[in-house]
Amino acid sequence: MTSTTTPSPAPPPAAPHGRPGDRPPGPPSSSGAAVRVRGLAKRYGAKQAVDGLDLDLATGEIVAVLGPNGAGKTTTIEILEGFRDRDGGEVRVLGEDPARGGRAWRARLGVVAQDSRDQAELTVAESVRSTARYYPAPRDPDEVVEAVGLAPKASARVRSLSGGQRRRLDVALGVVGHPELLFLDEPTTGFDPQARRTFWDLVLRLRDAGTTILLTTHDLAEAAHLADRVAVVRDGRVVAEGTPETLGGPDARTPLVTWTADGVPHAERTDAPTALAAHLLATVAGADGEVADLCITRPSLEDVYLGLLTTEDDR
Amino acid sequence: MSATDHVDRVDHVSTGSTATTSGWQDRGGRLPGLARLALVRAAVELRQFWRERDAVIFVFAYPIVMLAIFASVFGSEDQGTEVAQIGFAQYFLPGMVATGIMLTSFQSLAVSIAVERDDGTLRRLRATPLPVTAYVGGKVALTLATSVVQTALLLAVAALAFDVPLPTDAGRWVTFAWVFALGAATGTVCGVGFSSLPRSGRSASAVVTPVVLVLQFISGVFFAFFALPGWMQTVASVFPLKWIAQGMRSVFLPEEMAALETSGSWQHPATAAVLVAWLIVGLVVGVRTFRWRRRDDG
Repeated sequence: MTSTTTPSPAPPPAAPHGRPGDRPPGPPSSSGAAVRVRGLAKRYGAKQAVDGLDLDLATGEIVAVLGPNGAGKTTTIEILEGFRDRDGGEVRVLGEDPARGGRAWRARLGVVAQDSRDQAELTVAESVRSTARYYPAPRDPDEVVEAVGLAPKASARVRSLSGGQRRRLDVALGVVGHPELLFLDEPTTGFDPQARRTFWDLVLRLRDAGTTILLTTHDLAEAAHLADRVAVVRDGRVVAEGTPETLGGPDARTPLVTWTADGVPHAERTDAPTALAAHLLATVAGADGEVADLCITRPSLEDVYLGLLTTEDDR
Repeated sequence: MSATDHVDRVDHVSTGSTATTSGWQDRGGRLPGLARLALVRAAVELRQFWRERDAVIFVFAYPIVMLAIFASVFGSEDQGTEVAQIGFAQYFLPGMVATGIMLTSFQSLAVSIAVERDDGTLRRLRATPLPVTAYVGGKVALTLATSVVQTALLLAVAALAFDVPLPTDAGRWVTFAWVFALGAATGTVCGVGFSSLPRSGRSASAVVTPVVLVLQFISGVFFAFFALPGWMQTVASVFPLKWIAQGMRSVFLPEEMAALETSGSWQHPATAAVLVAWLIVGLVVGVRTFRWRRRDDG
């Protein structure tokens, strides 16, 4: 929380916010950041799982945390949920320290964890309805079941659901308490493309309803589609942060031209790929007017992400 | 960090509002009370239990089957001494009642909580405003329901199929009530405490079952307690099952049979004292060792 009682001379420039106009005006908030993490540390035996991680979420935004397996994403999210203790660092979630968060605090959170196999013998509707009753001001359970697309399965036993349906139930259970802040830990793992698209729409609707969302994912397309901001985590710390459009800086986005000349592959980054292609046509094209293996690519978020993980390798 | 700046820029107006409401949408409402939450959990527990038909059949049939086996195998012999002669079914009924209480309370809780720690139930509940006491409250309700039904079935079968005479005076049923309630309560808290010992849900049965089996053998459930070696009786006297079984013998056996107890009496005060002691120990251990995560998880 950085707000002060003395008026600042000029507001600092706003964070570059993804897709302006694409979202409703953020809910007025006086409690500042939904999440604020500074220097978070957590060690398991010899392994430093989280090592000085900083992270912020403003109220009403979706932040995606990206990173390879074992980067510390799940550990971080579990510390923020109050499910795991930390070794060091400063953490504020909805204004409170998760290690000391009480019932009233947990009522404001929604959690969708990885790998749940519980409540197998309940039906979908029973599961969501009973969970709703733990909360002071829940959403309507039947509407939530409808919203995640499980209405046709409402009276089916949880045991009988497919992996993707089970995951959507997890989301229903995570949002039925009407959380202000929702944690989604790799929510679409194992989804088919259509289910994933439906799920994305659901997440965006939740955001539009004012829910702040922290999402971890391996899926770069998911991050690009959903997130207002992206944080890349490696070895327990954030190595890059920004909107999906600006992550990695402009250099990482420079188009790449590749071709083969005299059997040798070439690659060149340039802001003027068309000019380079014209130059190649004039100099190395064969008798048929073709440049061998010519290819111009604009790096996707995935390319940028993989680039971030490899260029930092010798850090 | 720029994200917080962004928020501060948006609004400096309603700085006085509390942290629990964000002001733009009513999320008001008080947290549900403990009793209500325990009832919600009780309904969930009972529903889930009832739908696992194999477990339901096992839990309810086990003491009956054991009684039937013992009564049939030893049916021709009578137990006791010159003091009193009673049928084998009658002699072993109290032990089966006691072992049934132990199964539905201690064993089923120790295993089910360990399993629920593994399958994500506890993790999910931990993320909700549900207090752990309401979770345990639901378990207590399940234990109460299953042990009452189980014992009622056992007594009915014993009386109807094995002609075991059930006590007719109110005093014995009062004894039955407090031994039953105290035994089930002790088994419940010890089960909650013991549930933290198994490393995983899969190993829970393997860790809990031997404890239960050994206690059954040394506590006078399968053998006449007076026929066991002295050291075994001493060891058994430390644990609750012996006392629950002895308390149940005082309910279902003729008064003269008290002479066969190691002390020569039913020892009701000692029974109550040992069970209450275990209840307190179990409560303290349970509260201190209760964990939301697996033991080997971070």
